[in-house]
Amino acid sequence: MTVAVVQFGGSNCDRDTVQALSALGVDATRVWHENGLPTDTTGIVLPGGFSYGDYLRAGAMAARSPVMDAVRAAADAGTPVLGICNGAQVGCEASLTPGAFAVNRGARFRCEHVHLRVENADTPWTRAYEPGAVLEFPIAHGEGRYEPGADGLTELTAADRILFRYCDPAGRTTEAANPNGSAGNVAGILGERDNVAVMMPHPERVSLPDIGPTDGRGVLQAFT
Amino acid sequence: MTGYTATVTVRLEQGVLDPEAETTHRALERLGFELSDLRAADSFEIDLEADSTAEARERVTEMTERLLANPTLHDYEIEVDRR
Repeated sequence: MTVAVVQFGGSNCDRDTVQALSALGVDATRVWHENGLPTDTTGIVLPGGFSYGDYLRAGAMAARSPVMDAVRAAADAGTPVLGICNGAQVGCEASLTPGAFAVNRGARFRCEHVHLRVENADTPWTRAYEPGAVLEFPIAHGEGRYEPGADGLTELTAADRILFRYCDPAGRTTEAANPNGSAGNVAGILGERDNVAVMMPHPERVSLPDIGPTDGRGVLQAFT
Repeated sequence: MTGYTATVTVRLEQGVLDPEAETTHRALERLGFELSDLRAADSFEIDLEADSTAEARERVTEMTERLLANPTLHDYEIEVDRR
Protein backbone atom coordinates (compact mmCIF):
# COMPACT_ATOMS: atom_id res chain seq x y z
CA MET A 1 0.00 0.00 0.00
CA THR A 2 2.23 2.78 -1.17
CA VAL A 3 2.21 5.67 -3.59
CA ALA A 4 5.27 5.41 -5.82
CA VAL A 5 6.88 8.76 -6.59
CA VAL A 6 8.96 7.86 -9.62
CA GLN A 7 12.37 9.48 -9.62
CA PHE A 8 14.27 9.97 -12.87
CA GLY A 9 17.73 11.48 -13.22
CA GLY A 10 16.97 15.20 -12.88
CA SER A 11 13.70 14.89 -10.95
CA ASN A 12 13.80 17.38 -8.10
CA CYS A 13 10.29 17.52 -6.61
CA ASP A 14 10.20 13.87 -5.55
CA ARG A 15 11.09 14.52 -1.89
CA ASP A 16 8.59 17.39 -1.60
CA THR A 17 5.89 15.15 -3.04
CA VAL A 18 6.61 12.34 -0.59
CA GLN A 19 6.55 14.83 2.27
CA ALA A 20 3.26 16.39 1.14
CA LEU A 21 1.63 12.97 0.78
CA SER A 22 2.99 11.80 4.12
CA ALA A 23 1.51 14.88 5.79
CA LEU A 24 -1.88 13.71 4.53
CA GLY A 25 -1.28 10.29 6.06
CA VAL A 26 -0.56 8.66 2.70
CA ASP A 27 2.23 6.11 2.61
CA ALA A 28 4.54 7.29 -0.17
CA THR A 29 8.00 6.23 -1.33
CA ARG A 30 10.51 7.53 -3.80
CA VAL A 31 11.15 4.90 -6.45
CA TRP A 32 14.20 5.06 -8.72
CA HIS A 33 12.85 4.46 -12.22
CA GLU A 34 15.29 1.65 -13.01
CA ASN A 35 14.01 -0.37 -10.04
CA GLY A 36 10.46 -0.51 -11.39
CA LEU A 37 7.25 -0.06 -9.42
CA PRO A 38 6.89 -1.81 -6.04
CA THR A 39 4.40 -4.67 -6.11
CA ASP A 40 2.21 -2.94 -3.52
CA THR A 41 1.90 0.27 -5.56
CA THR A 42 -1.52 1.84 -5.03
CA GLY A 43 -0.81 5.19 -6.68
CA ILE A 44 1.83 6.83 -8.84
CA VAL A 45 3.21 10.36 -9.01
CA LEU A 46 5.47 11.53 -11.82
CA PRO A 47 7.12 14.43 -10.00
CA GLY A 48 8.47 17.75 -11.18
CA GLY A 49 12.04 18.48 -12.15
CA PHE A 50 14.15 18.39 -15.25
CA SER A 51 14.39 14.72 -16.12
CA TYR A 52 17.26 14.02 -18.50
CA GLY A 53 18.05 17.72 -18.57
CA ASP A 54 14.97 18.36 -20.75
CA TYR A 55 17.00 16.92 -23.65
CA LEU A 56 15.14 16.82 -26.97
CA ARG A 57 11.87 18.01 -25.39
CA ALA A 58 10.88 18.28 -21.73
CA GLY A 59 9.80 14.82 -20.61
CA ALA A 60 10.64 13.09 -23.89
CA MET A 61 13.34 10.80 -22.53
CA ALA A 62 11.63 9.83 -19.27
CA ALA A 63 8.41 9.10 -21.19
CA ARG A 64 10.25 6.38 -23.09
CA SER A 65 12.00 4.76 -20.14
CA PRO A 66 10.96 1.17 -19.34
CA VAL A 67 9.21 2.06 -16.07
CA MET A 68 6.60 3.92 -18.11
CA ASP A 69 5.28 0.61 -19.49
CA ALA A 70 4.49 -0.36 -15.90
CA VAL A 71 2.98 3.07 -15.24
CA ARG A 72 0.78 2.72 -18.32
CA ALA A 73 -0.34 -0.77 -17.28
CA ALA A 74 -1.15 0.47 -13.76
CA ALA A 75 -3.08 3.43 -15.20
CA ASP A 76 -5.05 1.07 -17.44
CA ALA A 77 -5.85 -1.04 -14.37
CA GLY A 78 -7.30 2.01 -12.61
CA THR A 79 -4.38 3.03 -10.35
CA PRO A 80 -4.38 6.79 -9.71
CA VAL A 81 -1.56 8.45 -11.67
CA LEU A 82 -0.66 12.14 -11.30
CA GLY A 83 1.94 13.99 -13.38
CA ILE A 84 3.09 17.30 -11.90
CA CYS A 85 5.04 19.85 -13.97
CA ASN A 86 7.86 17.83 -15.56
CA GLY A 87 5.72 14.80 -14.69
CA ALA A 88 2.90 16.37 -16.72
CA GLN A 89 5.27 16.79 -19.65
CA VAL A 90 6.29 13.14 -19.23
CA GLY A 91 2.62 12.12 -19.10
CA CYS A 92 1.78 13.85 -22.36
CA GLU A 93 4.96 12.59 -24.06
CA ALA A 94 3.98 9.08 -22.95
CA SER A 95 0.42 9.58 -24.29
CA LEU A 96 -1.11 8.99 -20.85
CA THR A 97 -2.82 12.30 -21.56
CA PRO A 98 -3.40 14.02 -24.93
CA GLY A 99 -1.56 17.02 -26.33
CA ALA A 100 1.86 18.42 -25.52
CA PHE A 101 3.54 21.13 -23.48
CA ALA A 102 5.54 23.62 -25.54
CA VAL A 103 7.79 26.58 -24.75
CA ASN A 104 5.98 29.33 -22.80
CA ARG A 105 4.50 32.06 -24.98
CA GLY A 106 6.92 34.63 -23.51
CA ALA A 107 9.91 32.29 -24.04
CA ARG A 108 10.76 32.71 -20.35
CA PHE A 109 10.81 30.44 -17.34
CA ARG A 110 7.93 31.47 -15.08
CA CYS A 111 8.27 30.91 -11.33
CA GLU A 112 5.41 32.50 -9.43
CA HIS A 113 2.03 31.94 -7.81
CA VAL A 114 -0.96 31.79 -10.15
CA HIS A 115 -4.71 31.40 -9.72
CA LEU A 116 -6.54 28.33 -10.95
CA ARG A 117 -10.25 27.84 -11.46
CA VAL A 118 -11.68 24.40 -10.80
CA GLU A 119 -13.44 23.37 -14.01
CA ASN A 120 -14.59 19.88 -13.13
CA ALA A 121 -15.02 19.12 -9.43
CA ASP A 122 -16.35 15.64 -10.07
CA THR A 123 -12.97 13.86 -10.29
CA PRO A 124 -10.73 12.18 -7.69
CA TRP A 125 -8.29 15.12 -8.08
CA THR A 126 -10.79 17.91 -7.54
CA ARG A 127 -13.61 16.55 -5.43
CA ALA A 128 -12.21 18.41 -2.41
CA TYR A 129 -13.05 21.69 -4.15
CA GLU A 130 -16.26 23.46 -5.11
CA PRO A 131 -16.90 23.78 -8.86
CA GLY A 132 -15.57 27.15 -10.00
CA ALA A 133 -13.46 27.60 -6.86
CA VAL A 134 -10.39 29.82 -7.31
CA LEU A 135 -7.18 28.35 -5.89
CA GLU A 136 -3.65 29.66 -5.57
CA PHE A 137 -0.85 27.37 -6.75
CA PRO A 138 2.80 27.92 -7.63
CA ILE A 139 4.16 27.28 -11.10
CA ALA A 140 7.81 26.90 -12.13
CA HIS A 141 8.29 26.00 -15.76
CA GLY A 142 9.69 27.08 -19.10
CA GLU A 143 7.66 24.65 -21.20
CA GLY A 144 4.12 24.77 -19.91
CA ARG A 145 2.14 26.07 -22.87
CA TYR A 146 -0.50 23.44 -23.40
CA GLU A 147 -0.97 22.58 -27.06
CA PRO A 148 -3.91 20.22 -27.43
CA GLY A 149 -3.47 19.56 -31.15
CA ALA A 150 -6.19 19.96 -33.76
CA ASP A 151 -9.68 19.75 -32.21
CA GLY A 152 -8.08 18.71 -28.93
CA LEU A 153 -9.47 21.55 -26.88
CA THR A 154 -12.99 21.05 -28.20
CA GLU A 155 -12.82 17.34 -27.41
CA LEU A 156 -11.39 17.85 -23.92
CA THR A 157 -14.00 20.49 -23.15
CA ALA A 158 -16.86 18.37 -24.46
CA ALA A 159 -15.71 15.38 -22.39
CA ASP A 160 -15.25 17.54 -19.27
CA ARG A 161 -11.60 16.52 -19.02
CA ILE A 162 -10.23 19.95 -18.09
CA LEU A 163 -9.43 20.06 -14.37
CA PHE A 164 -8.09 23.60 -13.99
CA ARG A 165 -7.73 26.78 -16.00
CA TYR A 166 -5.45 29.71 -15.22
CA CYS A 167 -7.55 32.66 -14.08
CA ASP A 168 -7.34 35.99 -12.30
CA PRO A 169 -8.19 36.28 -8.57
CA ALA A 170 -11.85 36.80 -9.50
CA GLY A 171 -11.90 33.56 -11.51
CA ARG A 172 -11.87 35.15 -14.97
CA THR A 173 -9.82 33.17 -17.50
CA THR A 174 -8.20 36.18 -19.13
CA GLU A 175 -5.16 36.33 -21.39
CA ALA A 176 -3.33 38.33 -18.73
CA ALA A 177 -3.91 35.54 -16.20
CA ASN A 178 -2.46 32.93 -18.56
CA PRO A 179 1.21 32.64 -17.58
CA ASN A 180 2.40 30.55 -20.50
CA GLY A 181 -0.05 30.93 -23.40
CA SER A 182 -1.78 27.58 -22.86
CA ALA A 183 -4.70 26.96 -25.19
CA GLY A 184 -7.91 27.79 -23.37
CA ASN A 185 -5.87 28.74 -20.25
CA VAL A 186 -5.66 25.00 -19.55
CA ALA A 187 -3.51 24.16 -16.50
CA GLY A 188 -4.46 20.53 -15.87
CA ILE A 189 -6.31 17.76 -17.69
CA LEU A 190 -7.54 14.21 -17.29
CA GLY A 191 -6.47 11.17 -19.27
CA GLU A 192 -9.03 9.04 -21.03
CA ARG A 193 -10.23 7.96 -17.60
CA ASP A 194 -10.32 10.10 -14.52
CA ASN A 195 -7.73 8.10 -12.58
CA VAL A 196 -5.02 9.77 -14.70
CA ALA A 197 -4.29 13.50 -14.47
CA VAL A 198 -1.50 15.90 -15.36
CA MET A 199 -1.01 19.52 -14.33
CA MET A 200 1.74 22.11 -14.60
CA PRO A 201 1.11 23.85 -11.23
CA HIS A 202 2.58 22.23 -8.10
CA PRO A 203 0.03 20.96 -5.53
CA GLU A 204 2.81 19.50 -3.37
CA ARG A 205 4.25 22.99 -2.83
CA VAL A 206 1.01 24.26 -1.28
CA SER A 207 0.22 21.35 0.99
CA LEU A 208 2.11 21.88 4.24
CA PRO A 209 0.41 24.24 6.75
CA ASP A 210 3.77 25.07 8.35
CA ILE A 211 5.01 26.82 5.23
CA GLY A 212 1.89 28.57 3.97
CA PRO A 213 -1.39 27.98 2.15
CA THR A 214 -2.66 24.46 1.55
CA ASP A 215 -4.79 24.73 -1.58
CA GLY A 216 -2.86 21.82 -3.13
CA ARG A 217 -3.95 19.25 -0.59
CA GLY A 218 -7.20 18.64 -2.41
CA VAL A 219 -5.39 17.28 -5.45
CA LEU A 220 -3.24 14.92 -3.39
CA GLN A 221 -6.27 13.68 -1.46
CA ALA A 222 -7.01 11.54 -4.52
CA PHE A 223 -4.45 9.16 -3.02
CA THR A 224 -6.10 8.93 0.40
CA MET B 1 24.94 -3.71 -46.16
CA THR B 2 25.67 -0.14 -47.15
CA GLY B 3 26.38 2.84 -44.96
CA TYR B 4 23.80 5.63 -45.05
CA THR B 5 23.41 8.96 -43.36
CA ALA B 6 19.86 10.07 -42.75
CA THR B 7 19.18 13.71 -42.02
CA VAL B 8 15.99 14.26 -40.05
CA THR B 9 14.62 17.79 -39.86
CA VAL B 10 11.96 18.32 -37.21
CA ARG B 11 10.06 21.59 -37.08
CA LEU B 12 6.93 22.93 -35.44
CA GLU B 13 3.84 22.55 -37.56
CA GLN B 14 2.74 25.68 -39.30
CA GLY B 15 0.62 27.76 -36.98
CA VAL B 16 2.21 26.48 -33.76
CA LEU B 17 3.67 29.40 -31.84
CA ASP B 18 7.49 29.36 -31.62
CA PRO B 19 8.56 31.94 -29.01
CA GLU B 20 12.26 31.05 -29.35
CA ALA B 21 12.20 31.68 -33.11
CA GLU B 22 10.35 34.97 -32.55
CA THR B 23 12.97 36.05 -30.01
CA THR B 24 15.78 35.12 -32.41
CA HIS B 25 14.02 37.01 -35.18
CA ARG B 26 13.81 40.13 -33.03
CA ALA B 27 17.46 39.81 -31.98
CA LEU B 28 18.55 39.74 -35.62
CA GLU B 29 16.49 42.86 -36.30
CA ARG B 30 18.09 44.56 -33.31
CA LEU B 31 21.45 43.82 -34.93
CA GLY B 32 20.26 45.74 -37.97
CA PHE B 33 19.36 42.84 -40.28
CA GLU B 34 16.22 42.93 -42.39
CA LEU B 35 14.24 39.71 -42.60
CA SER B 36 10.65 38.71 -43.31
CA ASP B 37 10.40 35.61 -41.15
CA LEU B 38 12.50 33.12 -39.24
CA ARG B 39 11.68 29.49 -38.49
CA ALA B 40 13.76 27.27 -36.24
CA ALA B 41 14.15 23.53 -36.74
CA ASP B 42 16.06 20.67 -35.16
CA SER B 43 18.29 18.58 -37.39
CA PHE B 44 19.52 15.08 -36.56
CA GLU B 45 22.12 13.16 -38.58
CA ILE B 46 21.86 9.43 -38.14
CA ASP B 47 24.47 7.04 -39.52
CA LEU B 48 23.25 3.50 -40.06
CA GLU B 49 23.91 0.33 -42.05
CA ALA B 50 21.06 -0.95 -44.22
CA ASP B 51 20.41 -3.11 -47.30
CA SER B 52 18.81 -0.28 -49.24
CA THR B 53 17.87 3.38 -49.12
CA ALA B 54 14.26 2.30 -48.62
CA GLU B 55 15.14 0.19 -45.60
CA ALA B 56 17.24 3.00 -44.12
CA ARG B 57 14.37 5.43 -44.62
CA GLU B 58 11.86 3.07 -43.05
CA ARG B 59 13.96 2.59 -39.93
CA VAL B 60 14.68 6.30 -39.55
CA THR B 61 10.99 7.12 -40.05
CA GLU B 62 10.17 4.84 -37.14
CA MET B 63 12.88 6.48 -35.00
CA THR B 64 11.44 9.87 -35.84
CA GLU B 65 7.87 8.93 -35.05
CA ARG B 66 8.78 7.11 -31.84
CA LEU B 67 11.07 9.78 -30.38
CA LEU B 68 12.55 12.60 -32.44
CA ALA B 69 9.26 14.32 -33.33
CA ASN B 70 6.09 14.80 -31.30
CA PRO B 71 3.13 14.37 -33.66
CA THR B 72 1.07 16.92 -31.72
CA LEU B 73 3.60 19.65 -32.46
CA HIS B 74 5.87 18.69 -35.30
CA ASP B 75 6.29 18.02 -39.00
CA TYR B 76 9.39 16.26 -40.20
CA GLU B 77 11.43 15.57 -43.33
CA ILE B 78 13.93 12.79 -43.86
CA GLU B 79 16.73 12.74 -46.43
CA VAL B 80 18.81 9.60 -46.89
CA ASP B 81 22.25 9.62 -48.54
CA ARG B 82 24.87 6.95 -49.05
CA ARG B 83 27.72 7.58 -46.69
